Amino acid sequence: MNRTFSKLALWAFLALLVALFLGYFITRVLPDYLPAGRAVPPRLGDLVFYACAAATVAGAAGVAFSRNIVWSCIGLLIALLGTAALYVFLSADFLAVAQLLVYIGGVLVLILFAVMLTNRIGEVNVSNQSLGLGGGLAVFAAVAPLLMLVAVLVPWPVRPPGPMAPTTARIGDEFLSTWLLPFEVASVVLLATLVGAVVMARKELKAD
Amino acid sequence: MTISANWYLLLAAVLFCFGLVGVVSRRNILVVFMCVELMLNAANLTFLTFARQQGTMNGHAIAFFVIAVAAAEAAVGLAIVIAVFRTRGTLWMDEVSTLKN
Amino acid sequence: MAPYQPKSDPKWLVALTLAVALTVPFLFPVLILLSMPLAEPSGGGVTLALRWLGNVLGTDLSGPVAHDVGTAVVLLLIAFLFINFGAIFSGICVWWERRIAGRMQSRIGPNRQGLGGFLVWVADAVKFLLKEDLVPAEADSLLFRIAPYFVLTGFALTFVVLPFGHSVVMADLNVGVFYITSVTALVVVGILISGWSSNSKWALFGGMRSAAQVVSYEIPAGLAVFVPVLMAGSLSMQDIIRAQGAAPWDWFIFRNPAALVAFFVLFTSQLAEANRTPFDLPEAESELVAGYLSEYSGFRFALFFMSEFGNIWVMSALATTLFFGGWQVPGMPAAAISALKGTGAWWGWQLVSMAVFAVKTLLLANVVIWLRWTLPRIRIDQMMTLSWKYLVPIGFVCLIFTLFWQLGVGAAPGLELASGVALSVGALFVVIAFFRRVFKNVTDVRGDAIDLSNW
Repeated sequence: MNRTFSKLALWAFLALLVALFLGYFITRVLPDYLPAGRAVPPRLGDLVFYACAAATVAGAAGVAFSRNIVWSCIGLLIALLGTAALYVFLSADFLAVAQLLVYIGGVLVLILFAVMLTNRIGEVNVSNQSLGLGGGLAVFAAVAPLLMLVAVLVPWPVRPPGPMAPTTARIGDEFLSTWLLPFEVASVVLLATLVGAVVMARKELKAD
Repeated sequence: MTISANWYLLLAAVLFCFGLVGVVSRRNILVVFMCVELMLNAANLTFLTFARQQGTMNGHAIAFFVIAVAAAEAAVGLAIVIAVFRTRGTLWMDEVSTLKN
Repeated sequence: MAPYQPKSDPKWLVALTLAVALTVPFLFPVLILLSMPLAEPSGGGVTLALRWLGNVLGTDLSGPVAHDVGTAVVLLLIAFLFINFGAIFSGICVWWERRIAGRMQSRIGPNRQGLGGFLVWVADAVKFLLKEDLVPAEADSLLFRIAPYFVLTGFALTFVVLPFGHSVVMADLNVGVFYITSVTALVVVGILISGWSSNSKWALFGGMRSAAQVVSYEIPAGLAVFVPVLMAGSLSMQDIIRAQGAAPWDWFIFRNPAALVAFFVLFTSQLAEANRTPFDLPEAESELVAGYLSEYSGFRFALFFMSEFGNIWVMSALATTLFFGGWQVPGMPAAAISALKGTGAWWGWQLVSMAVFAVKTLLLANVVIWLRWTLPRIRIDQMMTLSWKYLVPIGFVCLIFTLFWQLGVGAAPGLELASGVALSVGALFVVIAFFRRVFKNVTDVRGDAIDLSNW
């Protein structure tokens, strides 16, 4: 009884902290640092940006808090798609497509495979005790304010970005000049991964 | 009007925090895995935001390496997951602690 | 007694049906061509249209909001046209495939609804829409419901960069080919989810098989795609086409011996990625009921079906773009067409370039259909062996050969032309020999002439 009560109190306290922080952040901090000229109605591009951002956040929340692991995968899918769309907004078209190919075509499919190989159909995985949601909230309360304040308060140099330009050729040039050594190291890492994954996932030989 | 860099950084911060909460509070290793991917994505978003601000390609190059390493991590990590599941029949992190002692 | 002579439809009616079958799907690209000026990236077309609309309605529509709404409407319209092209093409493709199947297996095939059964695809579509939309009781119903849309999205997104003609392309992204290979990933996710959410072992096995197959064959496909990319020096679909010529010896497939091999690697991998026979293990009726499609019915089944048959167009169009010179019109180089911009002749040349592209693509599509009714299904271990032990190494060899080939071409530019002429003449001989052989086979079994009696 006592334990339950103290747990509840901890939860309430943390929730209060988070709510206070968010309230302060939204009402006091954000308005001052938003770009001026709110009177201008948002344009089509902005709306698409907000939609992508909202989808990304929703997907991320789904990954972290969903109780069904397959829904976590769907959340990851949505978050990855949203981030890829944001890369396009940041005029990083090549990376956006690489993100689609590697994360969704590779990582997400692998994860789905792992989920299907290791779960009985319909089984629900409940998250729980060790650190629990309380611990999670505590970490959130500790880290989120810092990161968000840094993101919003620091006067990052505002430079009007250039027009959308193809990046593929420039990335290629960079890889074969400035980043040549890391590039080669990355390929060695990938090769080692290939071998390592095969060795680990292979069935044990019966001989010995 | 273009979206200012602060928004992208804020979004990256939110993504990172969600990932962090997931890593700390979930026990299924696959979910932890996905949350790590989320955090890597948040880092990539930050790199690309600054790459646009600076007008250079360095952010793109680093983000590319992050993607490559994430793919490697997924392959090895999931191979370990499958191997662990095959020998122990569980994916709950706290129960896989043979190496502790 | 005279042999039985079935009554047959007049030839002009048959020709008319075929003409309709060819025209109907291609009405959509023509409409897209007409709406292309509206979709200019600068937004000038939308501004003009809004000014005209404003004059008609008597209101001022020059504000930014009106412009945004106009842009959104234009984009939605074009997306609608593209998806409808996919849907109607796949519908007619189903009919055509069934006719060919009937012909190849010496049976009649569909011949009731309309001439030669032409309307059977409309009947199929209506049947799909009227059927009950079943969701198995034990299935994860929300996932089960949304899975087909992942597949549909992955399929529809490829149309963003697929060219239809000289200027008929939604967006000529500078990562074009790379984009096409990556959006396929969504299809894999959709298939896995549909297999899992059906909560049926057949569906699960089918889904896993299909995903494993697509993931394995993406690697040789990617390697093969890099051969034309290296030759053109660009990832953009339109740039790759512009780097080729209209004549066969100017096509990438003949300009480099490795490209010829790469084409077959790509074609095989794409057959596997589209789950076409001989790689249709995920839907192997004799083992898995219908694979991941087992539990689907009605509209959702139609969505899977549509993207499967629409994929025939996508894969053929991709191969045409990369290896067969795309929309290049003989005797009319791309630069000359661009120079005509603004005159009436420009529109004419657009149509001609679209027709050239469509003919090449349809020929390849017919090869896809022909293969399906010729080859038996392979086993799963054979499928994996083919990908990892044969296609991947061959793809690597092609890639490395192409690197050296490009160096050689840099030193001796005549190399490409020599290879182009030699290989295209060789290909011509192979095709002629093939048709003579077929003709001989047909005459050997005593005059099975082209028989239209079942129309």
